[in-house]
Amino acid sequence: MKRELLKFLAFSVFVLLLPLLFEGGYLMNVLVFVGINTMLAIALNLLLGYAGQISLGHAGFFGLGAYLSGVLTATYGWNPWQAMPVAAIVVGCMAYLIGFPVLKLKGHYLAMATLGLGIIIYIVFNETIDLTGGPSGLSGIPNLEAGGVVFDSDVKNYYLIWGITLAVILFAINLANSRVGRALRAVHDSEVAAQVVGVNARLLKVQIFALSAVISSLAGSLYAHTMTFISPASFGFNFSVELLTMVVIGGLGSVYGSFLGAALLTLLPEFLRAAQDYDIIIYGGLLVVMVMFMPGGLVRGVPDLFRRIFKSRGGAGHA
Amino acid sequence: MQFDQILQYVLSGLSTGAIYALIGIGFSIIYNATGIINFAQGEFVMLGGLLTLTCLDLLKLPIWAAIPCAVAVSTLAGLLFERLAIRPLRQPTPINLVIITIGGSILIRGLAMLIWGKDTHAIPSFSGDDPIAIGGATMLPQHLWIFAITVVIIVINKFYFYHTISGKAMRACAYNRRAAGLVGIDVRRMVLFSFMISSAMGAVAGIIVAPLTMTAYDVGVMLGLKGFCAAIIGGMSSGMATVVGGLLLGVLESLGAGLISSGYKDAIAFIILLLILFIRPQGLFGKADSERV
Amino acid sequence: MLEVSGITQIFGGVTALEDVSFRVNRGDITGVIGPNGAGKTTLFNIITGIYTQTSGKVVFEDKDISGLPPEKLARLAMVRTFQNIELFGGMTVHENVMVGMHTKSSSGLLSCALKMPWSISEERRIRNDSMKWLEFTGITDLAEVEAANLPFGKGRLLEIARALAVEPRIILMDEPAAGLNSQETLGLAQLIKRIRDLGITIVLVEHDMELVMDICDRIVVLNLGRKLAEGTPREIQENPEVIAAYLGDDD
Repeated sequence: MKRELLKFLAFSVFVLLLPLLFEGGYLMNVLVFVGINTMLAIALNLLLGYAGQISLGHAGFFGLGAYLSGVLTATYGWNPWQAMPVAAIVVGCMAYLIGFPVLKLKGHYLAMATLGLGIIIYIVFNETIDLTGGPSGLSGIPNLEAGGVVFDSDVKNYYLIWGITLAVILFAINLANSRVGRALRAVHDSEVAAQVVGVNARLLKVQIFALSAVISSLAGSLYAHTMTFISPASFGFNFSVELLTMVVIGGLGSVYGSFLGAALLTLLPEFLRAAQDYDIIIYGGLLVVMVMFMPGGLVRGVPDLFRRIFKSRGGAGHA
Repeated sequence: MQFDQILQYVLSGLSTGAIYALIGIGFSIIYNATGIINFAQGEFVMLGGLLTLTCLDLLKLPIWAAIPCAVAVSTLAGLLFERLAIRPLRQPTPINLVIITIGGSILIRGLAMLIWGKDTHAIPSFSGDDPIAIGGATMLPQHLWIFAITVVIIVINKFYFYHTISGKAMRACAYNRRAAGLVGIDVRRMVLFSFMISSAMGAVAGIIVAPLTMTAYDVGVMLGLKGFCAAIIGGMSSGMATVVGGLLLGVLESLGAGLISSGYKDAIAFIILLLILFIRPQGLFGKADSERV
Repeated sequence: MLEVSGITQIFGGVTALEDVSFRVNRGDITGVIGPNGAGKTTLFNIITGIYTQTSGKVVFEDKDISGLPPEKLARLAMVRTFQNIELFGGMTVHENVMVGMHTKSSSGLLSCALKMPWSISEERRIRNDSMKWLEFTGITDLAEVEAANLPFGKGRLLEIARALAVEPRIILMDEPAAGLNSQETLGLAQLIKRIRDLGITIVLVEHDMELVMDICDRIVVLNLGRKLAEGTPREIQENPEVIAAYLGDDD
């Protein structure tokens, strides 16, 4: 537990000092998105990596958070700080209710049901034009403001988003190493054995689904208030798959893995500007390669690889 | 007037429904042989259409030669997909299979984008575009082609599964993979076959629908999902239940789009999908089975 | 303590159990034996809420528990182990037993994630108390090993330790000696007796006759889905019907 805390502190210092390297350049803006995507990847990882339940509709919850926040503030003039929790609560309740029938399903069927859910949400964003502006998007969403400071620059947003991201990371780490986190992992490994020792697997799965939706919604609200403009295209099936890729690449069941996956997938397109249109090939390829050769993700796969290289060297030296 | 309109919706719904049925049967065949839901199924539909386009435009083949050619290449793609992505998987858990077939589908779509670009392409109808009047509604010759080819495929399918050794072996695998292996059926080969057959069927679906709807590198996603929906309504049967599921879905979609709102057309399929999964996961016609819940 | 009455289970036309009734006394070790296909595991699955019976009733401590899900039964102090050992493979041995204390703790999702003071102290209690069961089963030295890496015999002990952490009043063991060597089986017999000495009632399905005759106070014999006999080990050994059933099974 102490080691966890030290790791977290080291990571926080890293996050705090990172902007000094870039002096507020363009990359700062990208790093804001790394933060938002980290939150989303952690949300999905709680569900997929810990509880073992897949979702291909998380972009929908992300979008619901963004649109609820966006519409409440831009159209109805709410204060963003009020809109965010209201959005999160609404999305959480929705996920909780829909969670009961959805999480009765397993494996491929769960994947298809969540996918369907995500697509329905996406269609609603596109079709309720009066409310959301439809495919052309919703603009004029206000920035967040605290104590007279308006979060309207990349640097300010960086510290705002990463402050919240760090809180989400700590939240997830605490949860993972607790009674509830253990019960989740138990359900993942053997649902029947978990039930036999008294874990209400069904309720727990629904709870974590709702929590995951709440975190996604929060990330969505923050996205809306930093971008000030949103459109349905950001919340489609492709983004759900992108989130899945982040979690799988980083490592199922690893909080820092989610950060790695999110960072990699957010930064990669920036470094591959020339190949921009072809980023989907890279996602697809990464998914296939990771599942085939590094099913534990980067956090486990890379140390393993090093160990193997060192071992084989050691062996050679011996001979 | 009103009746004619509804007849029109039903007719066009039936023709899209036939497409969904073909794709859905492809899903079911793989599912029954392997327990895998192949998320890449839709990509073979896309490949069918686009490969036909290449055969017509680039190789200057006549349409009757272009179609088998496109189907053959798609089947080969299905074979490669099973060999390169599914079979080498070291931990074939459901989640890993979902992820790898999604990864594979994105990869195939990406490659298609590289080859054919992002544009939408048109394929000429098989035999002209003169509308045929039926009652107060009209149909295109292509609609008839769709119905005819779908019927032929379903008959061939039935014949294969019930009257050939390899088809019977495949059914044995669907029933009990372990027992099938014990009586000497090469289960791995049957898995490979199932991928080849369903990619071929997907390709055919993609080819016959292309003249009506045009085709592009990304048409596979929606068509694939609708096909899956048909298969779910049919209880993952590789026979008539899925055909009925596809037709039902096609008609409901077409009526919903015509009478309610065209924007929500795609949502209808997914709402049906969710309802079926929640209420009757064994399909509309199936007996209770605890596999899916 | 536990009373099974008139249990019938039909699977798609096949009758797996027919009108099975028997009673388990508090503090006893009761063995359920019978040839393969007698319906022993089905019976266990019904009692522990994995299946719901076609008809009949299960009463535990004067409470009708028919059809209750396993997680509710755990709260009523009934727990079971599995023939093929169901461990939480990705977790350490210690963590496995900590999950066993789920019903003995109550911190919810939010208080865990926000590290509320009461959940911190509860976590400390879970961590410490669970060690007791590792000691009891003699696997303390394996506490930090990942459960998936345990040899089979140790896995069996861990499963029992985890079940004990639930603090049950009754524990049902499905073939606890399956897959164990003779040395481990001896140890298991001692362990089961020590569990009984804690005041916990034990029901076990077992094929190892020597073990059953050695440790059981009462034995229930099933054959082809029906109860064939019930009595002390001596009575069972001398029962001609039981002998016939076992000999008949061999040819």
